[in-house]
Amino acid sequence: MNIFKIVTDIEHLDIDIHERLNPRRAAIKALNSFGAKVVLSALPFTVASMFNKAYGQTIPQKIIDVLNFALTLEYLEAEFYTKALASNGLIGDTAARNAITVIKNHEDEHVTFLKAALGNQAVAKPTFDFTAGGTFGDVFSNYDTFLAVANAFEDTGVRAYKGQAGNLMENDDILRYALNIHSVEARHASHIRQMRRARGGAAANLKPWITGANDTGVSAVDPVYAGEDNKIQAGADITSFNGVSGKLSANVATEAFDEALSKEAVLEIAGLFIVN
Amino acid sequence: MAVTAIVAAGCHDHNEVPDMDEGVYLGKGDVAILNYAYALEQLEAAFYTKVTETPYGDISDLEKSLLTDIRDHEIAHREFFKAALQGNAIVNLEVDFSSVNFSSRESVLTTAKAFEDLGVSAYNGAGQLIEKPDYLLLAGKIVSVEARHAGLISDLIQNGSFAGSDVVDMNGLEKSMSPSQVLTAAAPFIKTKINARDLPTY
Repeated sequence: MNIFKIVTDIEHLDIDIHERLNPRRAAIKALNSFGAKVVLSALPFTVASMFNKAYGQTIPQKIIDVLNFALTLEYLEAEFYTKALASNGLIGDTAARNAITVIKNHEDEHVTFLKAALGNQAVAKPTFDFTAGGTFGDVFSNYDTFLAVANAFEDTGVRAYKGQAGNLMENDDILRYALNIHSVEARHASHIRQMRRARGGAAANLKPWITGANDTGVSAVDPVYAGEDNKIQAGADITSFNGVSGKLSANVATEAFDEALSKEAVLEIAGLFIVN
Repeated sequence: MAVTAIVAAGCHDHNEVPDMDEGVYLGKGDVAILNYAYALEQLEAAFYTKVTETPYGDISDLEKSLLTDIRDHEIAHREFFKAALQGNAIVNLEVDFSSVNFSSRESVLTTAKAFEDLGVSAYNGAGQLIEKPDYLLLAGKIVSVEARHAGLISDLIQNGSFAGSDVVDMNGLEKSMSPSQVLTAAAPFIKTKINARDLPTY
C-alpha cells in the first residue's frame, strides 16, 4: 500500500482533509502560493503517522530500507550540527552560526519527516562518535576541523540520496520527496564549501562544486570522493565536447556531474562515526 | 566516441507529427523528458555565455571565475544531452534575454537565481516521470550540480540565503515543479515555440 498515494487520492475525494488532519490550516494556507504539491508535502509527517495508526499499513520493504538508510544519515547530520552549535566558542561568527542553524534545522526536519513516514518501522538513532575514533579529535573545538567534517557529511549525503533514487521509482511521491531532500543537501554542501574557502589554508581554492576526486585537502575523507573524478557519462567523454574556447576541461567534466555512491560505500563512511 | 543513444523507440515520431508548425516537438516518453532537460540546459548555457562575454562592470575576479565555471557546466550538460539524444535532439533554441540588463550585477544574479532554482525544481519534478533508471541517475547527477549553483548564486545575492524559505518548505524539502509549470515559467526567455504535446507531465 502506498501511503502517499492514498493521501493524494483521499484529497481528491475529500477536500477538507487538510483541515481535519492538520490543525495548522492557516500555516498551510499561507503556503498555497508555493503550489499544491508543496502544500501536500507539508503534511505527510502528520498524515503518515495517522495512517500508520489507522491502517497498520505496510510500505514495501525495499522502500523502508531506503528510508531507514536515509534516516540514519539524517540522524548523523542533525546531531552533528546540534552538538557543534552547543560547543562553546566553536562557531563564533554570527553569519556562520546563522548558516549552520539553517542547515541544522533542515536536518532536523528531514529526521522528523522520515521518521513519520516510517512510523513504527523507523530505526532508532545510533550512538555517534564524531571524532571517528580520534581521526577528527578536535571536531568540536577546532572550527576548521568541524567545517571539514561538515563538508564531508554534506557531500556524502548528496551521493547517498542520488544512489538510492532508482530504488524509489515505483513510488512517484516518495521518489520526489527524496529528490527534494537531495537538492537541499547539495545547497548545504555548496555553502559549507564556500565557508571553508573563506578560511583559506588547505581549502583556499575549494569551489562550491567537486573538482576531480577529493578536492577538500583532507585525505582522511578520500572514500567520500571515490569516483567523483569520472569524466565519462553514458559512454560520452565530456572532455570531447567543445566549450567556448577549445574542449571542455577535465575539471569541468568532473564538476558538471556529481556521482552516486552505493549504500554499502556510504555505510562504510558513516560507520566510522557510529559507535553502535 | 560512442555515446549511449537515448532510446531508439519513438525516433520517427517527429517526422510523423502532423502539426510541426506548432513548434519544436520534444517527442514522447523519456525522449521528451530529455529534450525538455536539453532545452533548459540550452537556456542556461546561453545565459552564462552572454554573462561571461559581457561581464557586469564591478565583477570581481572570484565571481567571474565562478560564473565561468557555471557556464562551462551548463555547456557540458547541453552537449551531453545533444550527444545522447542523437537524431532525437531538438534544434538549437532561440533565446530572449531582453529583460536582462547584463551590465547590472543585480539583474544578472537575480536572473541566474531564477534559472538555477527553476532548473533544480524542474529536475526534482521530472524524476518521477522518467522511465529508465539510467536516465533518472543521470538527472540526479546533474540536479545536485544545479543545486550547488543555486546555493552559490543565492549567497552572492545575500550571503546565507543558500537554501531559503523561498525554495525549501517547512519539512526541509525543496520545491518541485511539473514540466508544464516549468515551461510556462521559462517561456518568456525562449523565442522558439516548443511543442510539448507529448511531454509527460502532471
